Amino acid sequence: MYTPDNILTTTIDKAVRWSRTQSMWPVTFGLACCAIEMMAAGSAKYDLARYGMEVFRASPRQADLMIVAGRVSQKMAPVLRQVYDQMADPKWVIAMGACSSTGGMFNNYALVQGVDHIVPVDIYVPGCPPGPQSLMHGILTLHDKIMGGEINR
Amino acid sequence: MFDFWATNSEEGGWNISSTDEGSQKMLEEENEKQIKIQTGTDVIDDFVIDEDTSDDERMIVNMGPQHPSTHGVLRLQAELEGEVVRRVKPIIGYLHTGMEKTGEELNYFQGPTNTTRMDYLSPLFNELVFSLTTEKLVGIEVPDRAKNIRILMTELNRISSHLVALATGGMDIGALSMMIFGFRERELILNFFEKTTGLRMNHNYIRPGGVAADLPDGWQKDIEEILKIIPEKLQDYDDMLLDNPIWKGRLQNVGILTTEECFAYGVTGPSLRASGHSWDLRKAQPYSGIENFEFEVPVLNEGDVFARWRIKVLEIFESLKIVEQALNKMPKGPYKVQDKKITPPPRKRLDESMEALIHHFKIYTEGFKVPEGDAYVAIESPRGELGCYIVSDGSSKPYRMHVRGPSFCNLQALPVIMTDSPIADAVAAIASLDPVIGDVDR
Repeated sequence: MYTPDNILTTTIDKAVRWSRTQSMWPVTFGLACCAIEMMAAGSAKYDLARYGMEVFRASPRQADLMIVAGRVSQKMAPVLRQVYDQMADPKWVIAMGACSSTGGMFNNYALVQGVDHIVPVDIYVPGCPPGPQSLMHGILTLHDKIMGGEINR
Repeated sequence: MFDFWATNSEEGGWNISSTDEGSQKMLEEENEKQIKIQTGTDVIDDFVIDEDTSDDERMIVNMGPQHPSTHGVLRLQAELEGEVVRRVKPIIGYLHTGMEKTGEELNYFQGPTNTTRMDYLSPLFNELVFSLTTEKLVGIEVPDRAKNIRILMTELNRISSHLVALATGGMDIGALSMMIFGFRERELILNFFEKTTGLRMNHNYIRPGGVAADLPDGWQKDIEEILKIIPEKLQDYDDMLLDNPIWKGRLQNVGILTTEECFAYGVTGPSLRASGHSWDLRKAQPYSGIENFEFEVPVLNEGDVFARWRIKVLEIFESLKIVEQALNKMPKGPYKVQDKKITPPPRKRLDESMEALIHHFKIYTEGFKVPEGDAYVAIESPRGELGCYIVSDGSSKPYRMHVRGPSFCNLQALPVIMTDSPIADAVAAIASLDPVIGDVDR
């Protein structure tokens, strides 16, 4: 049945927030072990596509979300910042795993002790590596954060 | 905004000409004589270039470190002439974690926690090689059940690792269904790992003196399910890819690596066996009682990308044979050495025995002492010879720990494979070598 005069009332804020959460495209930034779990989250069993998020973009300019999956070495840090700077606003960052959140078990000369030294982080996902379920929980928490937050960040 | 890759600091870039890492210049070409000296043969001279072509027809293209098809954070500097790659230089170190240094700060009991994170697709192999080296230094023999559990778990790990290699290899070439398939079957094995070890990856399960826990109740049923499902699914992969003209066209006669080149660069594992040399450490230097299992070593002679893909499928079948035998002849008995100085007592003994409490405390705080000396043990990981060399100064921590990573040595052959081939084949070549950057950089 076709009804041409359906009306939906909402506020701009709500519509914008909703649309941001429903197709949030991550940039592929797989670094280490967590990248494998990130790929597992995108594949058949866990299926990130349910949240409109399976489109991992190879170009940071098309992405809204950077999932830093793995340990960030001193040598990788400027590259990571470069990719973050290339992403278009608004953009979010998830630090996936112990290493990118805090440096994890590697407290030594080679690793950046937490990716929040370089880029602002919205969600920290614990685990070594976090399972796909943990990553999804992190992503859904980010959705909640966007739904409840300001549209001008 | 800084231009990070600019060579000139006056233009606002970083001046790192001392290492030549960020610049657009490649290293000077090595002359033919030097190459012969380095390799000991006159087989490899891919880096020699005709003097006729002028420099302005050549273009240097950076690939990575942030690139979806470089299997992590590998960076390649490729010198192109039109569409043909003339020279290529892999730049590594973007995932350098300092694990060998960290290994000197952890005692032998904590060591597997560190080594398991090196090659993150085959964590159990890293734990096994560290444990075997430690056991060789201490001079202990683990019980038969522990040996058998180790073989069972590592061969399952080989299957899951090869499945990821097939999946990502397919994804890189454009067979996206292969990626979904490979990860789907991997979940089966990971579920078993999670049940047994508590973690999907980075298990810390195989430890010096045995394994951390016994197999869970009903493990036979899980293994039987794996043994039933995986061969069916492998048949699906073959149906999809083996006679697929696109797949064959992309892979056959691409990226050929000869046996001599493999020897010269120290390439081991499936890549060597796909080049026609039957070398498998499970047969040549058996470890952990694998000499009691019956299996074949598949060998292919083509040495191209197709052979390197095919041999992984064949090896999964062989690993399934080993898993089946391990299932059928699992011995009863303890799963770790019954030596109070090496392995901690079971939890319930702590409530009953003062002595057990003391041993438990000593092992978890100080660790056990290892006699002075050094040892090297190598095992066959899914990517080749994985070796661990430990020097002990008599304390409870290694004086020096070095790991011979198969991915690191295999990656050296990448310029040989890629030189004088089209840029479109580069991704297929990288995927076929199956490097894990965590193992390359450590």
